[in-house]
Amino acid sequence: MHNLNDFIGSFWREVAKTFKILSRNKMGLFGFIMVILIILVSFVGPLIWPPELSANVLEINKGSSPAHWLGTDFQGQDNLRKIVNGGKDIVTIALLTGALSMLIAVVVGSFSAFIGGKVDNLLMELVNIWLTIPKFPLLAVLATVLALKDVVMLSVLMAILDWPALARQVRSQVLTLKNREYIEAAMMLDFGTPRIIFRELLPNMMSFVAISTIFEMTHAIYQQTGLVFLGIVPYSSANWGVMISAAERRGVLFNPQAAWSILAPMAAIVLFQLALVSFARSLDEVFNPRLRTSV
Amino acid sequence: MTTITTSTTPRRTLLDVLQKITSTYLLRRLARALFSIWLVATITFFVIRAMPGSAIDILMQDLTAQGVSADDARNQAAALMGIDLDQPIGGQYLDYLNNVIHGDLGHSYRSAGLSVTKMITTVLPWTLFSVGLSLLITFVLGIALGSIMAYKRDTWIDHVLSNLAATLDAVSPYLIGLLAILFFGIIWKLVPIVEMRGAMSSGMKPGFTMAFLADIFKHARVLILVYVLSSIGSWMLQMKSNTVATLGEDYVTVARARGLTDGRILTAYVGRNATLPLFTRLAISVGFVVGGSVLLETLFTYRGVGFLLARSISERDYPVMQGVFLIITASVVIANLLADYVYGWLDPRVRILGGDN
Repeated sequence: MHNLNDFIGSFWREVAKTFKILSRNKMGLFGFIMVILIILVSFVGPLIWPPELSANVLEINKGSSPAHWLGTDFQGQDNLRKIVNGGKDIVTIALLTGALSMLIAVVVGSFSAFIGGKVDNLLMELVNIWLTIPKFPLLAVLATVLALKDVVMLSVLMAILDWPALARQVRSQVLTLKNREYIEAAMMLDFGTPRIIFRELLPNMMSFVAISTIFEMTHAIYQQTGLVFLGIVPYSSANWGVMISAAERRGVLFNPQAAWSILAPMAAIVLFQLALVSFARSLDEVFNPRLRTSV
Repeated sequence: MTTITTSTTPRRTLLDVLQKITSTYLLRRLARALFSIWLVATITFFVIRAMPGSAIDILMQDLTAQGVSADDARNQAAALMGIDLDQPIGGQYLDYLNNVIHGDLGHSYRSAGLSVTKMITTVLPWTLFSVGLSLLITFVLGIALGSIMAYKRDTWIDHVLSNLAATLDAVSPYLIGLLAILFFGIIWKLVPIVEMRGAMSSGMKPGFTMAFLADIFKHARVLILVYVLSSIGSWMLQMKSNTVATLGEDYVTVARARGLTDGRILTAYVGRNATLPLFTRLAISVGFVVGGSVLLETLFTYRGVGFLLARSISERDYPVMQGVFLIITASVVIANLLADYVYGWLDPRVRILGGDN
């Protein structure tokens, strides 16, 4: 019991410390709070403010008003309410694809850099070849043939297609870190490659990994939006991508009155991305104690 | 240390030949390009044919659902895809590769009787025109703006352009396209979006006449603008950092000390060396723009290769889908190869050292 209390205490101290470091960087704090807020709203929001089930014929394609802050769409439904209900898919896809592709990339990229020689050459040659294949058409064709139905499968497919580019970046990061003294010391102590990679190397390139993951996340969001537009991913739930493409199909682009229905979900995507990026930039200070003391 | 030994046997083994290929820059690039095309052809074959629930199974199901008997459906599907289903899978694969080499990509399933090769050759020029022109504009403009940012770094021009570039770089081409239609076409009414659909106006005769060129440009201008806006950001940022790095090189200082004019230093010393690494980026950019063309050509109803791919996907026209995807990849790979050759020609160091980084 005593141990557990100790553990909880130190956990909270750690959280408080991280938060304190974060709060020094205004943009970072803004990003962090926005990311948490968007995730919370996307998962808890639908429980409090469930989607409208019926169309509202009197309120079709209205602009912003006190009753509907972000206007209404082609069915007369409130845009803000649709955005609150449409974040879950997007957030899930972004987090899953980002985490999964980065995990594969870190493992393959750092092992490739560590082993070196023929294996490294072959892997990097394959990665270079893979990079020349246009990914979006490939994704579109594969997603069509595989008839993907759910968000998780889509994320897995995107991660499988996208990790090689990240692996190449991770490899070059590891190559620059590999000759540092503390890594050489760890190698002499014969810690074993997995431990060196995950305990010694990874913390030192964490900010790089975080930023790359976040770019992969936004990339995943855009790919999903594109697939929805092409009609490959089904309209099962109303997420932001579906909102954009539904508005486009309903001729919003010919009706200036309805611009709100397309701008609102776009703004939601861009805001999420902006929050992620500014959060990632500040992570440098959290992971790098040297930067912290100099502030 | 290696010593030079004179071999008494004049016959060259296969290993020697392979080593020769991998050590020569141009041959290695060619081998890589051929391998990429083969890889993609193989991926498409297995996706279309060999995977459970593959395209050919779905095609057969579709045909049976339309009232065709099971045997007929099988034969029709096989004929459309140009595959002999009675052969073992290895034989089918070789047949398929043979057909691809001879330019036979099968027949469309929805537009009966039309060969996929014919469908692609009618739309390919439009994509080559719009994507090629966009890349050219992006490359030139990106280099110019990037150099300006580097020369005027830490002034307001640099801050404005850098932030603009970073923003453009972060937003997807699809969203930029939507915004362009929304603002240029609908809200500000600068261009007639509806009239601009298609690659040219009906009744226009193709040829090198001013009227024709003006017409195709009129149809492609917003699309080209969107391509340029969506890829120029990364070019500007890259060019800026290259130029800043080159400006710090000793040979630039020496050139200044020798009293060369700024113009000469900019073009012959800084510009040339800072631009060189960008040629490798050209490769990635081609793939990015072509990938974006699937969405953008659909959005602008511009009948190019991307539009054809999107339509074949929505109609589940598998033979067309397979063929277009193969052509898109092959063109990107060939563009890469060209970029590599141009790079090797511009930078002798690459050829001599034979390394890529």
